[in-house]
Amino acid sequence: MIAGISIYEILTVTSILFFIGIYGFITRKNLISILMSVELILNASVVNFVIINKYLYPDILQGVFFSIFIIAVAAAETALAIAIIINLYRQISSVEVKDTEIMKY
Amino acid sequence: MEKIIFYILAFIIIIFAIASVSSKKMLRSVIYLLFVLIGIAGIYFLIDYNFLAAIQLTVYAGGVIVLLIFSVMLVHHIELELELATVSKRILVGLTSLLGLVIFLTTIYTHEFNVVENTITTTTEDIGLGLLSYDVGGFILPFEVISILLLASMIGAIIIAKGTKLTNKKNDTV
Amino acid sequence: MDITYTILIPLIPLAVFLLLGIFSQKIKPAISGLIGVAGLSTSTALSFYTAYQYFFVVGKVDGVYQTIVQKITWMNFSDTLHIDMGILIDPISIMMLIVVSIVSLMVHIYSRGYMKGDDGFTRFFSFLSLFSFSMFGLVLATNLFQIYIFWELVGVSSYLLIGYYYTKPSAVSAGKKAFIVTRFADLGFLVGILIIGYYTGSYDFETLNNPEGSAILNWASTSFMGLSVITWALILIFIGGAGKSAMFPLHIWLPDAMEGPTPVSALIHAATMVVAGVYLVARLFPMYYFIEDGFALNIVAYVGGFSSLFAAIIAITQTDIKRVLAFSTMSQIGYMMMALGVSGYDGHEGIGYMASMFHLFTHAMFKALLFLAAGSVIHAVHSNYLKDMGGLRKYLPITNITFLIAALAISGVFPLSGFWSKDEILVAAFEHNKLLYVVGVFVAGLTAFYMFRIYFGIFWGKDKKYEHTPHESPMSMTFPLIVLALITVIGGFIPFSELVTADKAGFQAHLNLPLAAVATVVGLTGIALSYIFYKKENNLAAKFSNSFGIFYKWTCHKFYIDEVYLFVTKKIIFNLIAAPIAWFDKKYVDGTMEGIGNKTVVISKKIKGMQSGKVQDYAFSFIAGVVILAMVFIYLWTN
Repeated sequence: MIAGISIYEILTVTSILFFIGIYGFITRKNLISILMSVELILNASVVNFVIINKYLYPDILQGVFFSIFIIAVAAAETALAIAIIINLYRQISSVEVKDTEIMKY
Repeated sequence: MEKIIFYILAFIIIIFAIASVSSKKMLRSVIYLLFVLIGIAGIYFLIDYNFLAAIQLTVYAGGVIVLLIFSVMLVHHIELELELATVSKRILVGLTSLLGLVIFLTTIYTHEFNVVENTITTTTEDIGLGLLSYDVGGFILPFEVISILLLASMIGAIIIAKGTKLTNKKNDTV
Repeated sequence: MDITYTILIPLIPLAVFLLLGIFSQKIKPAISGLIGVAGLSTSTALSFYTAYQYFFVVGKVDGVYQTIVQKITWMNFSDTLHIDMGILIDPISIMMLIVVSIVSLMVHIYSRGYMKGDDGFTRFFSFLSLFSFSMFGLVLATNLFQIYIFWELVGVSSYLLIGYYYTKPSAVSAGKKAFIVTRFADLGFLVGILIIGYYTGSYDFETLNNPEGSAILNWASTSFMGLSVITWALILIFIGGAGKSAMFPLHIWLPDAMEGPTPVSALIHAATMVVAGVYLVARLFPMYYFIEDGFALNIVAYVGGFSSLFAAIIAITQTDIKRVLAFSTMSQIGYMMMALGVSGYDGHEGIGYMASMFHLFTHAMFKALLFLAAGSVIHAVHSNYLKDMGGLRKYLPITNITFLIAALAISGVFPLSGFWSKDEILVAAFEHNKLLYVVGVFVAGLTAFYMFRIYFGIFWGKDKKYEHTPHESPMSMTFPLIVLALITVIGGFIPFSELVTADKAGFQAHLNLPLAAVATVVGLTGIALSYIFYKKENNLAAKFSNSFGIFYKWTCHKFYIDEVYLFVTKKIIFNLIAAPIAWFDKKYVDGTMEGIGNKTVVISKKIKGMQSGKVQDYAFSFIAGVVILAMVFIYLWTN
């Protein structure tokens, strides 16, 4: 644990990061930007896990393991998402969200 | 001392995160994300989770960011200015997020956390033992599953990204 | 006396109507004519049998003819207020049965000849049977609602028959006019019925007409604007009767109804339907007499008197023989209403009532005869107008004789039936209301004058050269003429006053010699004047009419009553009442409905956006929903 920092402050930081990620996810118009916002969200949750583990349950390491798995999954997901975006780019030559709205009324 | 470092890191994280989601240029957005990730790795270092910090830097900052930069290069004119959402939409979403944040914070601050003071340093050995043990509380199974997942996602990514052009080319050359 | 068999009298024509109506395409015309005649002969025979049973076998009980009623309850509103369907036999209903069945039978036989070769022959006979059914039902009704139902049925049959030549626009509009005018009058009738039902608690004739019953004794219990409500109801009911009987000012449909075939005019607009109003007043006569000292009865008398004078004046100037006969009918019905209006109730006082019913009987016979004879003439020369006729006595001998007999009867010449009935009416008027007596005598003179005007105009007058030689009508058409002429001759000697009176007790009637002499002199004067003007062709009539100047022009145009009605409906009602209402309906009522539709479309367009297919919008909704739910559940929901 970090000397002098209470858990509340760190949790505040991660919450702010989480909501910045949500804001970016809903607001951005580029597919890759949306992906980056998802990264932010995931990172915020990872930090949460780790901090809770460190501050409340210091003798066990479940939080860390979980974080490792989350990081792995996030990386895999990013790779796949990029692959899809590239494929889409080949079809419609654009990575704007507004060009992918075939389901729109 | 650590307090100051933490505050600087927190400041970096938040500022660069905001910059990332509101930047008009694509590459800059990715670089700001890189800084956010490095900041988070810094936090990990602060709480003595060195292995995790290393993984963060390697996988995220090294892998994911590089991937993002490559894809940005592939699909974008580097000078391209991104258009942002309309002002009304931004304000609306911002307010909703703010509201959610307020709820989060009130919930967090009214909760009594039973903080246990400690200065344990977690070594890589501990993580390795926990991750690969067959005992109760061991994470060997999830470890293996994650490996399979990574393999699957790799294969999937290759297939999706391969497309049909390569096969045609192969036929031409033969 | 068991009268259940009398239900067959209306039901047989109903069955004939249904049979001929449903199978009209498959039955040959000759067969349908025979079926119609057969059905009606049965009804006629049954009517005679009923009359014989009622008057001679059962006769009077305690000096009074009994009212025999058989009914079933149809709709029950409360203990006392219910609508029944049934049969009521009393002297006037028996008399009406006889009249309707004889005239209808004669018209059926006549139509076999007159309508021969017409495309809608079977349709015609089915409508005739429908009318007979409705009229029988009307005269046998036991209560106000039943009579109203059959009243409307009679109106429908009249509409169908007037508009029989449906390809002629004038016939179609005449049918519409008849139906609408009578329907409008029936509004008054219905309101009157409802008022009576509400205030007296019953629709039944027996209960209402009882002189010691609560309906008549408690007439003063509720009053409205100075008159008892029951009086208002009776006036409204009379309005309904005036519409059907073509009293002024609801008479406008009757001349136009002559667009129908002549047998229809004979049956409906001379003998049976138009007397339904008289029958209605006669049926409710105790109420009319006793309530408010006969206030409503006075109105009946004056309306009748005025209508008879009005119609007689117009009839002098008409050139279409059927229109002359139509106005003559209106005039004679005015006589009947006038006679009812001046009548008393007990014994000899009720001479007006008896005279009215007697005149109804005799007039039905000779007016039907006049119409059928006119139809025979029209059939021969193929035109309705006097100018196309003349000197027909050489070609149509039987028609000539029968027409003459009927014309003498209507002029009141001894010893034909018209003399006796008209005499009784004038006696009744003389005893109760001198003004109406003078009017009645004057009208008698006018009647003789215009009737012989057309007689001489058709059969004497100028000798016209005809392109097709007119020939006498076939036996099917002359047979009814002869039968009706016979009845006209001997009908005067029926002891009517013994059989049909207001209090049902019967009395001895005597010939009032001075008044009879006055009436006969007036009638003969009218005949003599028309002999001078019309027997040989001359221009005396034209010079005489020119001396009347503008009055003659007004009379020719029937005093412009039709134009007044058209003006009121088109300029006033359509423009000032109907048009604003239509505007309001279009703008606001339609507008509201369309507005609701429009709003729905607008709202749906806005809601459509929610299903945009954009993942970010869905994510936003998701986040917002979670936030709101979190707020609600964690912070605002206090148990």
